[in-house]
Amino acid sequence: MSADAIILQRGASHQVARIFIYVCLILFAAVYLMPLLVVVLTSVKDLDDIRNGSILSLPQRVTFEPWRQAWSEACIGLRCAGLKDFFINSVVMIVPSVTISTAGGAINGYALTQWKFRGADLIFAILLFGVFIPFQIILIPMARTLGAIGAANTMVGLIMVHVVYGIPFTTLFFRNFFLSLPSDLVKAARVDGAGFYQTLWRIILPISVPCFVVSIIWQFTNIWNDFIFGTTFTSGENVPVTVALNNVVNTTTGVKAYNVDMASVVMTALPTLAIYVFAGRYFLRGLMAGSIKG
Amino acid sequence: MQKGHTVAMSFPDAGAFADGSTPKSDLRLWLGKNASQLALAPSVVIVLVVIYGFMIWTGVISLTASKMLPNYSFVGFAQYDRLWSNPIWQIAVSNIFIFGFLFIGFSTAIGLALAILIDQKIRAEGFLRTVYLYPMALSFIVTGTAWKWILNPGLGLERLLHLWGWESFRFDWLVNTEYAIYTLVIAGVWQSSGFVMALFLAALRGIDEDLVKAARLDGAGATQIYRRIIIPQLGPTFMTVGVILMQQAVKSFDLVVALTSGGPGNSTNLPATFMYTQTFGRDQMAVGAASAIMILMTVAAIVVPYLYIDIRNNRDER
Repeated sequence: MSADAIILQRGASHQVARIFIYVCLILFAAVYLMPLLVVVLTSVKDLDDIRNGSILSLPQRVTFEPWRQAWSEACIGLRCAGLKDFFINSVVMIVPSVTISTAGGAINGYALTQWKFRGADLIFAILLFGVFIPFQIILIPMARTLGAIGAANTMVGLIMVHVVYGIPFTTLFFRNFFLSLPSDLVKAARVDGAGFYQTLWRIILPISVPCFVVSIIWQFTNIWNDFIFGTTFTSGENVPVTVALNNVVNTTTGVKAYNVDMASVVMTALPTLAIYVFAGRYFLRGLMAGSIKG
Repeated sequence: MQKGHTVAMSFPDAGAFADGSTPKSDLRLWLGKNASQLALAPSVVIVLVVIYGFMIWTGVISLTASKMLPNYSFVGFAQYDRLWSNPIWQIAVSNIFIFGFLFIGFSTAIGLALAILIDQKIRAEGFLRTVYLYPMALSFIVTGTAWKWILNPGLGLERLLHLWGWESFRFDWLVNTEYAIYTLVIAGVWQSSGFVMALFLAALRGIDEDLVKAARLDGAGATQIYRRIIIPQLGPTFMTVGVILMQQAVKSFDLVVALTSGGPGNSTNLPATFMYTQTFGRDQMAVGAASAIMILMTVAAIVVPYLYIDIRNNRDER
């Protein structure tokens, strides 16, 4: 509604209504921000400070010791080397997973729209269901298959899983994006004798940058945040950081170090949070594309 | 296109005229004609195998006596009998109704309220939207772990309110068999309601202003305008929101693992966590597969009609 707000009426009650709106919005904002604040505050307190204060009290003395411990000393079972290696696992996992699934989605979306053939809509529908399937249905066969091809508990296996189940999403993004492009561009190129990949490379890719950004951000967020694939198909040293975080929190040796747990939480959350802060617009577009199909 | 194809096939040299190069072989010509299908083929084959093939595979396993390893001696629907007589599954099913109902209800209500409030030409709209939506960028493991700390019965919210002077405040939901399921609702709503707001806000911005103006000229108040004119027009968005939240609820796994691990006891198991523990923890693969089939059928019952309507509507528009 761009003209003027609906609750914005003239009269004496107008001011009161405006104040009420702002109070509500700010209260909600406080509730949404509270967990983040609690986690960050806890991560820079020492354990005495945690026991003496409350979750929202300011630290008596700011310490980054929990962060150091979370990064390089926190225990998972008997192994006390922190989240570092698992963070690196996640980085190693994410680069090829995001690249391959995005490239695949771009080619699929292009083929489904700009070089349309009979049955393209059916193929799209077949792929689209992949966006919605509950992953419980594929866990057992995928575990068997990865075992059979020798990729059980390997990074390569986990990357393959992320690629294949990412392709329905990326295809959806690119298909919807390419549908919005005028079809004359590709037609003109085809009349000039340009082939499928030539047209894709020279005509389509240069104008598809926004869609690539959406797809990369979406895939990055989803794959970084994944837990079920990581926990099912990898173990021990090979798990991604989300699984390691859960293991750190559930390792009970000695005193429960809530500050180290919370530092681990912030570390795990930082990459996707940073992307969200800097490119929230594109993240939102990905979310919307996943909900409104075409 | 079909016609051009026949012509090209009967005169293999036709390709030579298009780009002025040497005559192409039949194979190259065929590759050129079917480039689009060929480009899609790998994805289609992979998806047919890893989605549809694996669904069937899981279905087959659910009809066998598989324990730790697949075992292809068929037992009919016996595993489904075992599944439905398993008390933990019964808890999981009743939990998904409680969780789903509250999670969807609260997320929708809060999301819609926020969208309406934010749509009043307020200051700092961009900032507020960013705040409401950031939980969506987090892993459920992160959310679950954070809320586990906040809801910690000794040191969390309870202690905070004690220090603020509310001495008698008790909040032990996390370790209470009866109430632990509601902690999942709290964390789930916190994570998803911002997304619901974004969906409703997009819909609100698309509503025809003339209708609203006309109603205002007729003397309708704000509440009336929302109740009679605007909210009824959000029908399709309610459906989108409902479908997305429903399938998200049915698939919920990470949040439970991080926040309650299904406990205390088995009180917060959901179907997805049941499937996982039966299959990979208790070596009851066939029962796990049967539960996965139940989850799939639930999601399909929600999503397939929605996709069908959506695709059909879009085709009509084009």
